[in-house]
Amino acid sequence: MASGKEIKQQIGSIKNTQKITNAMQMVAASKMRRAQDRMAASQPYAKKIREVCYHTAEGQVDSTHPYLAKRDLKRVGIIVVSTDRGLCGGLNVNVFKAALGEIKGYRDQGVDVAYCGIGKKSVSFFRRHGGEVLATASDLGDAPELNDLLGGVRVMLDAYDEGKLDRIVIISNEFVNTMTQKPVVRQLVPLEPRSGEEQAGKMPWTYEYEPDDPTMILNELLTRYVESQVYQAVVENIACEQSARMLAMKNATDNAGQIIDDLQMVYNKARQAAITQEISEIVGGAAAV
Amino acid sequence: MAKSFQCDIVSVEASLFSGKVSQVMATGAEGEIGILAGHEPLLTRVASGPVEVTLEDGKKETFFASGGILEVQPDSVSILADTAERGGDLDEAAAQRALEQARSAMADKQSELDYSTALGGIAEATARLRALQRVRNNR
Repeated sequence: MASGKEIKQQIGSIKNTQKITNAMQMVAASKMRRAQDRMAASQPYAKKIREVCYHTAEGQVDSTHPYLAKRDLKRVGIIVVSTDRGLCGGLNVNVFKAALGEIKGYRDQGVDVAYCGIGKKSVSFFRRHGGEVLATASDLGDAPELNDLLGGVRVMLDAYDEGKLDRIVIISNEFVNTMTQKPVVRQLVPLEPRSGEEQAGKMPWTYEYEPDDPTMILNELLTRYVESQVYQAVVENIACEQSARMLAMKNATDNAGQIIDDLQMVYNKARQAAITQEISEIVGGAAAV
Repeated sequence: MAKSFQCDIVSVEASLFSGKVSQVMATGAEGEIGILAGHEPLLTRVASGPVEVTLEDGKKETFFASGGILEVQPDSVSILADTAERGGDLDEAAAQRALEQARSAMADKQSELDYSTALGGIAEATARLRALQRVRNNR
C-alpha cells in the first residue's frame, strides 16, 4: 500500500486538475450562452434566404441554373465542420463517424469524394485519413465572421461551377439542446426540391427582376444561400462545442471528486493502521518491561 | 392612411427589423426604389446605402445596408443585407475618417489593386454618410 505521504500528494494533484476542469466548465457555460445567442441571431437570415431561394426556384421553372439542376454523381464535395480545440467529449468523433459513413456510402456507389475541412480537428482528421482536401479553414475563434469562411466556400463552389464536383454536402453538429448534439448531413447544392408538405399552400409566383437578368440575381442569391448555410452550420457547431465541453468538464470535475473521496478513504485507513500499529508496539513494549 | 405590409431586414449576423410598415425606400442596383403595399413581386440587388422604412404611424427608421438582396412578395418585403447597421449605430466620425483615408489612398495610387480598393472604400463611406444624412433629416 502506498504510504500516507504519497497518497496526500496524489490527492493534491487531482485537486489541482479538478480546479482546472471546474474553471473550464464555467468558462464553457458562459461562452455557450453567447454562442447560442449568435446562433439565434443568424437564423432569420438563413431561414429567409432559404425561402427566397425556393420561391425563385419554384417560380422560375424554365431556368436551369446549375445550382438547381441535378447532375450525374461522379464526385462529391464534403464539408466537415469540427471544433478548433479538443476536450469537448465525443462531439468531433461523432461528426467524423458520420462523415466516414457518408464517404463509404458514396465510394460504394463508385462516386469519388473530395473534402473541405473547417476547424482544426477536421483538418487534422483528413490529414490522417488521406484523400483530396480542396480547402481548409481553421482558427475561427468563438465569434467567426462570414469573411473567414468565404475562401473555403468559394473554392468548393468554383469546383462545382467547373464541373469538378457534382454535389456539395456539409456535415456538422445540430444543436438539439444543451445535453444533446447530433451530427447531421445537409445537401447544399444542387438545391433539393422541397417536400410536398413544405410546399403546400404556397402559390409560387413569378418575380420581376431588376436588372432584368434572372440568372445573375439567382447566382448571387444562391451563392449567398450557400455561404449563409455554411456560416449557420459553423455558428451552430460552436454552440454545440461549448455545451459539449461544459458537459464533459462537469463529468471530469465530478469524477475527480469521486477519486478524491476514494483516495481520502485509503489515506485515512492507512493512517489509522499506522496509529494502531504504533499503539500495539508501545503496549507490547510496555508489557515486555 | 396607406396600406401596410410586413417588412423584415436581416443580415447574416443579426435580425435588425421586423414589423408592419407602409413604405420601404432602398438603394437598388439601378437607383432608388420605393415600395408601397401591393408592389409586384420583385427580386433585385441592393447597393450599399440607406434603407428607410416608414412605420404605420408615419415615423421613419433608417438603416444602412452594405449590399444585399431585396425581395418583394405579394404581402411582404425582405431585405437580405450582407451587413447592416441601425441608423443610430452609425459612427459619423469613423465614416468621415474612412472617406479621408480612401481619398488619400487614391491620391498616391501605387498599384491597380490599391486603386480599386480605395474606390470601394470611398463608395462605402459615402453610402454611410448618405445614410447618416437621412437619419438627421428624420429627426
